[in-house]
Amino acid sequence: MADTLHVELGRRYHFAASHRLHNAKLSEEQNHRIYGKCNNPYGHGHNYTVEVRVSGEVDPATGMIANLADLDAFVNEQVIEPFDHRSLQDEVPAFRETVPTTENLCVEIFQRLKGFPVAKLEAVRVVETSNNSFEYAGD
Amino acid sequence: MVYITRKLEFSASHLYHNPALSADENRHIFGKCNNPHGHGHNYTLEVTIAGEPDPVTGMVLDLKELKEILECEITQRMDHRFLNYEVAELKNQIPTCENVARVIWNLLEPKIPQGHLHRVRLYESADLFADCYRNGAKGLA
Repeated sequence: MADTLHVELGRRYHFAASHRLHNAKLSEEQNHRIYGKCNNPYGHGHNYTVEVRVSGEVDPATGMIANLADLDAFVNEQVIEPFDHRSLQDEVPAFRETVPTTENLCVEIFQRLKGFPVAKLEAVRVVETSNNSFEYAGD
Repeated sequence: MVYITRKLEFSASHLYHNPALSADENRHIFGKCNNPHGHGHNYTLEVTIAGEPDPVTGMVLDLKELKEILECEITQRMDHRFLNYEVAELKNQIPTCENVARVIWNLLEPKIPQGHLHRVRLYESADLFADCYRNGAKGLA
């Protein structure tokens, strides 16, 4: 019966970072109109929560889809270390040309995690504030 | 299709140990979870039922009925229990979040009288959970 079930493991991670929403291709006035307060030149920060869901066979020897130690190490290396306490557009190369909206952040995190060798990445959900969250499950 | 979700909390202890592996292997794979005396969690269970609202009652499934099923199948079986030793369905399984979620699915699915079980989500802590779906029926998260 268990074989007919699809099981996913979900894990939440936390990091804090600052960003500024600004598109250099647009005028100052357009940037201000589109991004409002988020266009403040000095930037602002959030406590981000990243929810990662992976799927796969539950190994009968361990009861696990993936050992949390492996998943944690991978996410820490790929996402938490490079993003935590950073200014996203200034310190993460992916956001030099791309506006660091949380939509784009969510896609970037998915791309970084889809190579997890132990289990299949199902989706990444990024919670920017308690009122806003974004989810990406690949194309 | 409408999805309704009922939440419940229970507290239980467990430990991870596979007798087919050496003490070293157990410690290496399971870490602190291999502590022989066990440890506990406050589990949160979210059960999602999918169905069409009944035209007379306006309900997919009477939540009172679902609450009673959850009380009987899950709370009475698992709350304030040591999962390894006191839950027969988990005998010979490592009581990871994945396996406990699967056992809960198998306990609940045949008991749902209206609509059908869509998802079981079991939180072991705020940052760790497992989801269970019928294969190919994931749809709405």
